[in-house]
Amino acid sequence: MAKADFEVPVLKQYPEIPEIEPGVMAHSSPFKSKEEFQAPLGYPGTLVDDWQEKAIDKMGELLGRYRGLRVYLDSCVKCGSCTDKCHYYLGTHDPKNMPVGRQDLMRKVYRRYFTLAGKYFPKLVGAEDFTEEVLNDWYSYFHQCSQCRRCSVFCPYGIDTAEISMAAREIMDHIGVGQKYCNEIIGKVYKIGNNLGLPGPALEDTLEGLEEDVYDDTGVEVKYPLDQEGAEILLITPSADFFAEPHVDGLIGYGKVFHEAGVSWTLSSHASEAANFGMFIGSYENMRRVALRIREAAIKLGVKRIVFGECGHAWRVAYSFLNTLAGPWDFLDQRYPIPQHICEFTYDLIQQGKLRFDKSQNDDMVLTYHDSCNVSRASRMGDRPGGQFDIPRAIIRATCNNFYDMDEDTIRDRTFCCGGGGGLLTDDLMEIRVKGAQPRVEALNNVMQEKGVTHMAAICAICKSQFTKVLPYYGMDMDQIVSVHQLVSNALILTGQNTDEDEEEVADEAA
Amino acid sequence: MSFISTIYAYVFYFAAFVLVAGLAAKVVQYARAPAPLKIPTTPAPTTRAGVVFRLTREVVFFESLFRGNKWIWIFGWMFHFGLFLVTLRHLRYFIEPVWAPIQFIQPFGIYGGIAMVVGLAGLWARRFLVDRVRYITSLSDHLILALLITIGLSGLAMQFLAHTDVIRVKEFFQGLYVGQIMLLPADPLLLLHLLLVAALMIIFPYSKLLHMPGLFFSPSRNQVDNPRERRHVAGWARRLEQSQ
Ligand code: HEM
Ligand code: SF4
Ligand code: SF4
Repeated sequence: MAKADFEVPVLKQYPEIPEIEPGVMAHSSPFKSKEEFQAPLGYPGTLVDDWQEKAIDKMGELLGRYRGLRVYLDSCVKCGSCTDKCHYYLGTHDPKNMPVGRQDLMRKVYRRYFTLAGKYFPKLVGAEDFTEEVLNDWYSYFHQCSQCRRCSVFCPYGIDTAEISMAAREIMDHIGVGQKYCNEIIGKVYKIGNNLGLPGPALEDTLEGLEEDVYDDTGVEVKYPLDQEGAEILLITPSADFFAEPHVDGLIGYGKVFHEAGVSWTLSSHASEAANFGMFIGSYENMRRVALRIREAAIKLGVKRIVFGECGHAWRVAYSFLNTLAGPWDFLDQRYPIPQHICEFTYDLIQQGKLRFDKSQNDDMVLTYHDSCNVSRASRMGDRPGGQFDIPRAIIRATCNNFYDMDEDTIRDRTFCCGGGGGLLTDDLMEIRVKGAQPRVEALNNVMQEKGVTHMAAICAICKSQFTKVLPYYGMDMDQIVSVHQLVSNALILTGQNTDEDEEEVADEAA
Repeated sequence: MSFISTIYAYVFYFAAFVLVAGLAAKVVQYARAPAPLKIPTTPAPTTRAGVVFRLTREVVFFESLFRGNKWIWIFGWMFHFGLFLVTLRHLRYFIEPVWAPIQFIQPFGIYGGIAMVVGLAGLWARRFLVDRVRYITSLSDHLILALLITIGLSGLAMQFLAHTDVIRVKEFFQGLYVGQIMLLPADPLLLLHLLLVAALMIIFPYSKLLHMPGLFFSPSRNQVDNPRERRHVAGWARRLEQSQ
């Protein structure tokens, strides 16, 4: 079990709604950004002198830019429906982690400066000046929101706390109060092309290594091409896929699927990152700048299609925003969805009977599936609403014999966040990450007890990294989390592949 | 007595003006602000008709609330459906001749009034009993509930305890249409009831009662899920494209 200098929540058999414990997470704040990470994004490096005025101005600007923000700030009736829906509240018991509690941190400032009632009767409607204390609360609690949108599912008006967190982070960035983790990473994308700062030659090495591994394993020459002009498909995948377990097993899987489909494809060193942290910090401009790299790569390489690898928020940006941010995509092949998810791609091939699987290759696992928030509540796969739930499950069922879902209240559009989304996947936020994972891990633990589940599959780089890190705190193994395309990779029978029987024959002959 | 009638007449002119102008200003403000990105909470409908159906379910059944919390849903729905019936019932004071459907629902309006008060009482009780809800409640939340419940109770009291001359009440409101101030019965219950209703109308555009127009403008509920098929560029975002 991993060591913790905080109390790791106890997993229960039945979920419990905790009593509130005000202020217990007030100490949790991520490292602040510095000049060198702020400047490349166009933000001041330290708290500006007239920060209060600047912040209110910025808020006014955002209210005019985003209808949702104003409607959400106006409409809440304090009904309480969302109060027990946030994994961070359930895991920490801090009422400022109730979605409405978090919104109120901004709402009280909004009311004070932008509404009649708040200007003249602040006490009555809970309006407050934007003081340094309030700013500290903002920095702390708007970095305890993974922008997972679970609250918006249950709110009668669909109030989406994620939108409010994004706006708050955007306002804070503009007065020089940025978060190091996100802003440093976005800078790396601008400078090098991906979140991890892996330069082209390193990628090339890695991909060559993968080709060798797959050849040794299967006897088939599966290619993992980089910057290949004229390829049909450009694959955009989170950079974690290039080296970390279990991510890289997913990448191996994508390559095998493309190989079997007989299409040419390539990765790009210029756009070697699916993730777009511009969304986390609520910055349309930065999100757009990151997204445009994909457009540039697609044009330069002359591809006809764009496919995204397994990443949750990246798929939100790809599915919901890419066309708007970096379109029009009139130079791509219009017969395919633009962009397409790797799961959609694989699922289509399965439907057409083009992939052969040996499911027994995954018999060492009993699986469940974690719906990633951004895929579930902020995007779609396939033609029908809800395809984002059914398609990954169909792939798992096609490649594995043993699959059980977790409790209905914790999957599909009611899925619990892994606890590390929304720009919180950093070691300086370990406590909130571990505590926020509690509802998900509890549901996992229950299917482990009841159904003998051993592994959980996911299609998000952040979820995979987060579980790898937090499962040990709950006494589980880090390798219990797997990629969906890792399952595909295990079970897929490549044309001309050495099967186990071949090996046996070889052994027989030798004998 | 005509002094009170005169004051009430002006109060209602003012309240009606604030309600209409205030709401109109809010709706224009919402409609004008762009929604630059597609953010429907998915799974979401892929057609306009589907969105209309989704919003209808939210307005009529409080679908999301039903999924979220059954207690709030029961009380909240009782209150709103009651309020809806009561409002319909009250239309008889404001239109002449009274339409047949309005005549038909008159008795149901009374049950509506009772449901409304019971629902409000339940919602209010939650604000004391559930620690999470107590935490998020501010003074204004209590006051709005007090206001509505007093309106409901004073109305029911006129129904069951101390009748007022409803014919003259109707004459008073009909008179307001043409700038004539008719005599209002000077029953304390009626005067209280009407004053609080005017207060409700005045605070409507400046309070959380904005949830009513808000629901229809909420991007997470009113957007069509079709971002891959259509670009969705707001005016200010288009300027970013041009400045390049
Ligand atoms: C389209 C019309 C409307 C819809 C869909 C709607 C929906 C809702 C919902 C779902 C709630 C939360 C549940 C609850 O606490 O009851 C709520 C609360 C509330 N609504 Fe409405 N509403 C509408 C119109 C109105 C109107 C016209 C009024 C008053 C004149 C009103 C007054 C209230 C109040 C006071 C609350 C808060 C209750 C509390 O404090 O718990 N609503 N509304
Ligand atoms: S978006 Fe997710 S993390 Fe943020 S308040 Fe809502 S439920 Fe909590
Ligand atoms: S569910 Fe929506 S309206 Fe109700 S308290 Fe939460 S944010 Fe406010």
